[in-house]
Amino acid sequence: MANAPGILELLSPYPPGWGGTLLWGAGATLAISAGAFAIGLIIGIGGALGKLSGNRLLLAFLELYTTAVRAVPELILIVGLYYAGTDGLNRLLQAAGLPPLEVNGFIAAIAVLGVVQGAYMTEVLRGAILAVPAGQIEAAKAFGMGPGLRFRRVTLPALLPNALPGLANLWLSVTKDSALVAVVGYQELALATRLAGASTKHYFLFFLAAALLYLAITLVSNLIFWLLERRVRRGQPKLA
Amino acid sequence: MDFSWIANYWPLLLTGAWQTLALLVISVGLGFLMAIGLAFAQVSGGPFLRYAARGYSTFFRGTPLLIQLWLLYYGVGSLLPMIPGIRQSLFWPILREGFFFAAVSFTLNYAAYESEVLRGALLAVPKGELEAGRAFGMGRFTLVHRVWLPRALRIALPTIAGEVVMQLKATPLAFTVTVMDLYAVAYKVRQDTLLVYEPLIVVTVFYLVLTAIIARCFRIVEAQVPVRR
Repeated sequence: MANAPGILELLSPYPPGWGGTLLWGAGATLAISAGAFAIGLIIGIGGALGKLSGNRLLLAFLELYTTAVRAVPELILIVGLYYAGTDGLNRLLQAAGLPPLEVNGFIAAIAVLGVVQGAYMTEVLRGAILAVPAGQIEAAKAFGMGPGLRFRRVTLPALLPNALPGLANLWLSVTKDSALVAVVGYQELALATRLAGASTKHYFLFFLAAALLYLAITLVSNLIFWLLERRVRRGQPKLA
Repeated sequence: MDFSWIANYWPLLLTGAWQTLALLVISVGLGFLMAIGLAFAQVSGGPFLRYAARGYSTFFRGTPLLIQLWLLYYGVGSLLPMIPGIRQSLFWPILREGFFFAAVSFTLNYAAYESEVLRGALLAVPKGELEAGRAFGMGRFTLVHRVWLPRALRIALPTIAGEVVMQLKATPLAFTVTVMDLYAVAYKVRQDTLLVYEPLIVVTVFYLVLTAIIARCFRIVEAQVPVRR
């Protein structure tokens, strides 16, 4: 293989190298993950507060949501929600007398992964809120703080150290779950890699490169969450 | 909702369920044995073993299973035929199959996650019990297989049940490498009948039933081990 392109040429960020495609895919992966994480966080906060609100109908509904999402394989959820979501939206539009919409794969991926994340977040945040000592919240009430102020000044800072490890786990799992979006055909890192491999026949090289990109995302995220946790735990007594 | 296709497809559904189950049993069984080795390497190995085991679990837990599967199936799979004589060997019919690659990558991945669980459990065994074993004159191996490992397994049992269910939920990925598992059957039904949701629902019920069975089995095993609370 004298004139076969070398590893560096194949991975170069400029065409005909595929490095640019992979990096672009990694960017898409990060964007999808961040979007899904944000949506999950919103659903999670709402879900956790809903579960703790004591409304039985709301509780039953949220229980169904979190159990169903956590019991069904992610791939099936993603494929099912992807079709059900786009199909349902178009039926709604049809009912409203509007023309059908081609749903952007990027938006659909974020929405679907966000719904999945939301179920796990609900549980993480519910546990974290429950772990806040009741006395602290009562003290805030005794000082006459309203619910909003109480949440911002007492509950939130007190729950963050409890929630952060769980949130970190969820962030890491969404960066990896976003690879499943490749199966429904949106081009993020996993699918970009498969394309690069298919057109150059250097599958091993490209998948290894993609694996290292994912690993880099994981390791950098670990560092960031470690710093964040140190920050939210400031002032807490050190364990052992 | 139209479920009339089940009449024609139930043999295929059963084969699919069988393939899914086979993948699960192989990866959990072999992965667990690997995990024991990896966990001990991290807890009581020398510096080299320790770093190797930690690197292994970081790599496999830090990258998506889909990428690992494709790295093996497409990457290693395209390199394998270059080994001289492999096409004539006895194993070639197995090495050609997507099932083989799925089983290997699921095993490696499961081993990484499980080794972390076991590592924690090994460290959670009370020191006094290990010291008591040593005081009885137990050798290293006897201590591990009579005291350390059994105690750690008991501690890890609830987490292991969770890991096995997670592994079950990961198996549908095998369909991307031509394995005819449960999910692949749903995919085929969709292509044949143009029904989208019904096959997914049926397959989901299969997964839920399998999950319930796994949870039940672990509860029975847990009940076998007496614990003082």
